[in-house]
Amino acid sequence: MMVRLLYRDRELDLEQPLRPNAEALVQDLGLDALLSAMAGGDPLLRQLARHALLTGPAEPAAIRYRQGVLADFLARPDLVRRLYELASDGVEAKKTTRFFWFRDTPDTQRQKALAMLELLVGLLEQLRSLADAHHGDVASEGLRAFFASLRRELDDAYLRVLHERLRELQFRDGVLLSARVGPSGRGCDYVLRRPRGSGLLGRLTPDLPRGLSFSVSPRDEYALRALAELRDRGLAHVANALAQATDHVLAFFRTLQQEAGFYLACVNLAERLTERGVPLVLPDVAEPDEWALHARDLRDASLALHSGSAVVGSDLDADGRRLLVVTGANEGGKSTFLRSLGTAQLMLEAGIFVTAEAFRASVSSGVYTHFKREEDAALRSGKLDEELRRMSEIAGVIRPRALLLCNESFASTNEAEGSEIARQVVQALVEDGVRVAYVTHMYELARRVQALPATLFLRAERLPDGVRTFRVVPGAPQPTSHGLDSYRRIFGREPAAEPAGAPER
Amino acid sequence: MSDGFESLLFPAEARPEPEEEPSCFRDLNFDVVVAAVAGRRKGYRLEPLFSLPLRTVDEVEYRHEVFRDLERHELRTALEAFCEQELRVRRYLELARSQEYRLEKQHILLEAATRYTEAIAALAAALEAAEPASRGLRGLRAFLAEYTGSPAFERLAGDARSVLEQLDQVRYTVRIKGNRVSVGRYDGERDYTQEVEETFARFRREPAADHLALPPDSGAMDLVEAEIARRVAKLFPRQFAALDAFWRQQRDVVHPTVARVEREAQFYLAWLEQVDDLRARGLACCLPEVCADSHEIEAEGAYDLALALQRQRDAAPIVPNDVALHDPERILVVSGPNQGGKTTFARMVGQLHQLARIGAPVPARRARLVLADEIFTHFERQEDVASLRGKLDDELLRLKAILEQATSDSLVILNEIFSATSLADAVVLGREVLGTLVEIGCLGVCVTFVDELASLGEATVSMVAEVDPADPSLRTFRIVRQPADGRAFAAALAEKYGLSYRRLRERLAR
Repeated sequence: MMVRLLYRDRELDLEQPLRPNAEALVQDLGLDALLSAMAGGDPLLRQLARHALLTGPAEPAAIRYRQGVLADFLARPDLVRRLYELASDGVEAKKTTRFFWFRDTPDTQRQKALAMLELLVGLLEQLRSLADAHHGDVASEGLRAFFASLRRELDDAYLRVLHERLRELQFRDGVLLSARVGPSGRGCDYVLRRPRGSGLLGRLTPDLPRGLSFSVSPRDEYALRALAELRDRGLAHVANALAQATDHVLAFFRTLQQEAGFYLACVNLAERLTERGVPLVLPDVAEPDEWALHARDLRDASLALHSGSAVVGSDLDADGRRLLVVTGANEGGKSTFLRSLGTAQLMLEAGIFVTAEAFRASVSSGVYTHFKREEDAALRSGKLDEELRRMSEIAGVIRPRALLLCNESFASTNEAEGSEIARQVVQALVEDGVRVAYVTHMYELARRVQALPATLFLRAERLPDGVRTFRVVPGAPQPTSHGLDSYRRIFGREPAAEPAGAPER
Repeated sequence: MSDGFESLLFPAEARPEPEEEPSCFRDLNFDVVVAAVAGRRKGYRLEPLFSLPLRTVDEVEYRHEVFRDLERHELRTALEAFCEQELRVRRYLELARSQEYRLEKQHILLEAATRYTEAIAALAAALEAAEPASRGLRGLRAFLAEYTGSPAFERLAGDARSVLEQLDQVRYTVRIKGNRVSVGRYDGERDYTQEVEETFARFRREPAADHLALPPDSGAMDLVEAEIARRVAKLFPRQFAALDAFWRQQRDVVHPTVARVEREAQFYLAWLEQVDDLRARGLACCLPEVCADSHEIEAEGAYDLALALQRQRDAAPIVPNDVALHDPERILVVSGPNQGGKTTFARMVGQLHQLARIGAPVPARRARLVLADEIFTHFERQEDVASLRGKLDDELLRLKAILEQATSDSLVILNEIFSATSLADAVVLGREVLGTLVEIGCLGVCVTFVDELASLGEATVSMVAEVDPADPSLRTFRIVRQPADGRAFAAALAEKYGLSYRRLRERLAR
């Protein structure tokens, strides 16, 4: 019995390795706020949300599979909450007893397993009822298949057998073992047997010849221990089978808890964002070779959770473009735009909705970030050295159709040197089939990549009166640094002279 | 018995094994090698075999022949299987003597005899089929052919087989309820564990953790088992009468030559296992060509075996090196940066030759070595007297002893000599010592910080621990033939990180 609410052909595996740059993504894209909203105070939900956003990208068909299930749950938030609760009750069952098998004797294993299975079978019956009640209400392939399998695998006849086994396994009438003469003349290959002539274990066969039975004296501790060991030897395999069955039923509940938990986290997030008036859309997923990237009113989800509808969205038409260069005013929303792009791509690939009016994008082979790191300034190895090392690590793992987000990369050295290093890196990556979105204030870099094909230039919008809209719009790079604006704004006066080494016009 | 077969290790009679390790073992870290390889066969006490040098090339060749035979899978598996069985046979025989219940003694003796005769027959057949080429294994084959043909052996095997077959048919049941136990004949009752497994099969998922908690087995029959066994014997009288008859004809089971071969085979099997492990990690091993009448050595892709064994767990790669001395060269002078692999290199040369002396495989891709009559080592001793004067005196005393004993067939390894004195003194003293070694005509390795010692004449070869041309702070651990010097290198930053357009395209194209 499998859950498979996240993947058509397998269950969620939290051991699956995260994207190699998971830590950098969380930090650079500022995903913490997003994850907190998804968690809603439940650490497991946070872990599940984090795992989903940071495991490798999926096939478009697999993403649509999740979107279907998510749509069902967005329409019926109570259903996902009930599933999550039931599953959590199952997982909690192991707290009712000292749950680990290690160092238990077979008979202790048997007793513990029976206690837990009694409880779990009750929960399975409740799950069956839930499936009976809702199988007609859901439209997605994932949920329909799940409910159908519950109704098929847990039918009444099977539930009766389960109860009968649990009773037999009490062994009220003793145990029957078969054996062979093994090494040293001792019994071996002990196998637990169902006594002949009875569906129940335990009726003594009456026709044993005299002298072939004996009793161990209740005062002979040594012999009693030997007898218990022999009985344990005979019970070991059935105890193992029961312990494994308990593991497996628990694992079923754990998987259900995790898979329902993922959707519950999404529902939590949708509720928080909708409260704040942020538009949500299940995005349109395109094949990688389409190079699709199109958005209407794209917001940065994390920022929206802080500031709600006050956040400004950008429109973007970058279908077919391989290099996006974003220039323009400092504090003008360039970094926010870059983060919204990366976050939307991760959410799309996790099968979650995106914070936009409309969003369509190709799946990538991975999302990478190369952001300026303030806190690394103190490192002995020098800042440029550190930037190069990080880029080299990315180059070691990146594949064609990946999305690389660069935020002021190589700005730690002078503009001439930095833009030449950047030009070489960007050109090599774009030619290899990586999509690069590069936020830079280096006009020189923008100038040098102008000749590359399929390049889109964007600018942080600034109205003629100098006011920033925090929107990113198409626009060629301009050779003036808007840092002067900041200077003027903050100092309230003109800078004394143009900064040294200003680029030629 | 047959053609005077004595030993798998020596062409003639086996020699007495020394009790003490040679003093060079610690300096060469050869004690690590001994512990690792001999430690694979605890209980056979193989350690003395590592300290017993062979005296002639023929003795070395005798072992190499066996190693070459055992590279054939069928021969090695046959010998391994044989040794495993023999070990069990010996344990059973000890057990049979110490057991309490007679039924148990009878069974154990039967088992020992069965395993023994099967193991001997299997090895004899395997050796017949495989046509070994080595003198050692051919001798063993001849011995086994004669032994297995003897009437005593044939009777032992036949009797054991017949009794065992009868007992093998016995199937019985035990019912336990409370403290009451009943024994009966097995009558096809169904496997209940299977029923339980089938019931829960639909929940099964992989991987399934195994919780099987079989009670610890005392290894001996206890009182309850003995009570049950007696009743089983009563239920199956014919089968147990045969067992009793077998036991009444007590006899000696293991032939003394078989016992010796079992231990000697461990030397080969332990080494082969070690070589497998090393090869699995990408480290080469080979049987060296060993000469007695030459001073030329040549090894390709050699490495410090002790270091490789110690590094087993972490992933740090072992850097192999080449080493060669061609007439009239006699002495390798190794210089270069600290932590660059110089001492490791010196140890490696010593280990190669010690391994050659015991006829073992060596850590190298290909090697041609000399059969040294003795290996002398002089390594700095941390625990020595603190005063410089005392330390230098002690060093000179130890060196004098080496120079007096070494012959033209010896190997002398000097590590960091005269580090306790001034450079000017070290130059003079070092020249003096190396000059004497050249006069003796022995082979030598001298690790030194004194560049001047690297160019004393045609008998010395200068080797240098290399650094990474791109980043002089990085050691490559390669020791290369090159005049002693200390240049630094620098390279462009982006190139260093492989991020120039050209390099990056190459990297992405992989």
